[in-house]
Amino acid sequence: MYFFPFLAAFLLLRQVRKTIKTTDLYLKWGNLVNVFSWIIVGLFFITKRYLHNGFDEVVGATVLAGVIYYLQSERDFKSLKPVFNLHYPLIAISLVYGLLQVFSKDGDVLWEEYIQFAVLAAFVWIFGRAATFRKQQKEVEQINEKNIELETMVAQRTAEITRQNEALEQTVQELKATQAQLIQQEKLASLGELTAGIAHEIQNPLNFVNNFSEVSMELIDEMNEELARGDKEEAAAIAEDIKQNLEKIRHHGKRADGIVKGMLQHSRASTGQKEPADINVLADEYLRLAYHGLRAKDKMFNAELITRFDAGLPKVNIIPQDVGRVLLNLFTNAFYATMQKKKLIGTDFKPAVSVTTCVHHDEVVITVRDNGTGIPEDVKDKIMQPFFTTKPTGEGTGLGLSLSYDIIVKGHGGKINVDTAEGEFTEFTISLPL
Amino acid sequence: MVVDDEADVQPLFQQRFRKEIRNGDISFDFALSGEQAISYLEERHSEVVLILSDINMPGMSGLELLSRIRHDYNAPPPPVVMMITAYGDDENYQQAMQSGANDFLTKPLDFNLLKEKLKTLAE
Repeated sequence: MYFFPFLAAFLLLRQVRKTIKTTDLYLKWGNLVNVFSWIIVGLFFITKRYLHNGFDEVVGATVLAGVIYYLQSERDFKSLKPVFNLHYPLIAISLVYGLLQVFSKDGDVLWEEYIQFAVLAAFVWIFGRAATFRKQQKEVEQINEKNIELETMVAQRTAEITRQNEALEQTVQELKATQAQLIQQEKLASLGELTAGIAHEIQNPLNFVNNFSEVSMELIDEMNEELARGDKEEAAAIAEDIKQNLEKIRHHGKRADGIVKGMLQHSRASTGQKEPADINVLADEYLRLAYHGLRAKDKMFNAELITRFDAGLPKVNIIPQDVGRVLLNLFTNAFYATMQKKKLIGTDFKPAVSVTTCVHHDEVVITVRDNGTGIPEDVKDKIMQPFFTTKPTGEGTGLGLSLSYDIIVKGHGGKINVDTAEGEFTEFTISLPL
Repeated sequence: MVVDDEADVQPLFQQRFRKEIRNGDISFDFALSGEQAISYLEERHSEVVLILSDINMPGMSGLELLSRIRHDYNAPPPPVVMMITAYGDDENYQQAMQSGANDFLTKPLDFNLLKEKLKTLAE
């Protein structure tokens, strides 16, 4: 029976050796453990030879206890602690058995068979539990492996997501830049639309300047003739005509000048400075410009321009080029709508765009109305959205109304409203606080 | 009759044709829109032998006026209609001639040329 503690100690040390073989502890402990296990064997044979009657059991138990004690105290073997604990029953029972033998008078022990059975059981129990323990260890190992796998996967996914995030952020920056570009393009486009209108608008005054200059030169010749003839009255009448002509030249010259100045203002970046402006003049100017601009593109287009300006309209503090741009946009849209309707209905349809100004409470109200295609109900809520357009690709940026909204509402604290009936008319109302 | 939405056309013609007007060779009436021209024609169409019309006008365009004249007032002798316009391009020219215009002039008006044309008309 004393055989069992020795065997347990031996096997334990072999097991320890095997366990640490795959770790760096092997370098430190490998040989020692190996040597010790064979010492155990040696001790067994010595005990066998010289000890009997329970002393052999006691020694066996003590050896096992010593091994266990030593291994327990070494931190390096901490992970094997559960296995070490398994040996205590065997140590205890062997010790008890041995002591009972030692202290019995005749070498007989009470319940000897049961105690022997218990020793055997304790021995076997160690290995049973150890096996379970090993199985558990394996499972833990597997779980750890799985854990590491999962962590690797998570790290991978996180890296991927971080990369995607960075890519998205970059895209957002690019989109912002593109948006700024498009807004700039829209402003340029509205300027371009004006160019044809401007050319036409300047042409007329210039024609008059030229024609009246020529006529005046002829008249001076005539006047000299009359003077030579002595007809002072006729000469005076002609002189009066010449004077009127020069007045007209001045008038048309100023007209052209005003148009050019207005266009320079329009192209210049807005300084954000508000100044008192005559809305009637602004509206009239931009109405005609929008009209001519459209006609330059489509010569067949014709529309009735109706203006109802409140003569007593007070000046309003606005940024003229911004509000002008808004009016231009509304007029252009209005003409476009009537153009579309004309394409549908044909010659019976008479396009008409009207602009009305008046004062209402403490606001100036500008109404732009067209008898065009109108806006369908489901589209009506979207028209102020940036980039929303019902025009075919390439014909409109969809920014006109959204910029107009920004200018009127955010820039001037005003309001834009729309009233429409599909197929019949559209009416935009701008209110600006006085 | 001269049809043009620019009011200053009137003193221009009156001064340029000063002599002719004084001699009684020609007299001018002026309409500021196609519509005005039509109502004028309705009253006195037999008096109007020559119509000089701008094309680009708000409301009824010159070309529209031209077809109306050719449609409603073509009783012989039909009035001579000449189109005057700043847009002297081929498309406008073709449309004008096809609608029955007698001639096509571009702005700025060369009054000497116009006088020549009128002379040949009178003959």
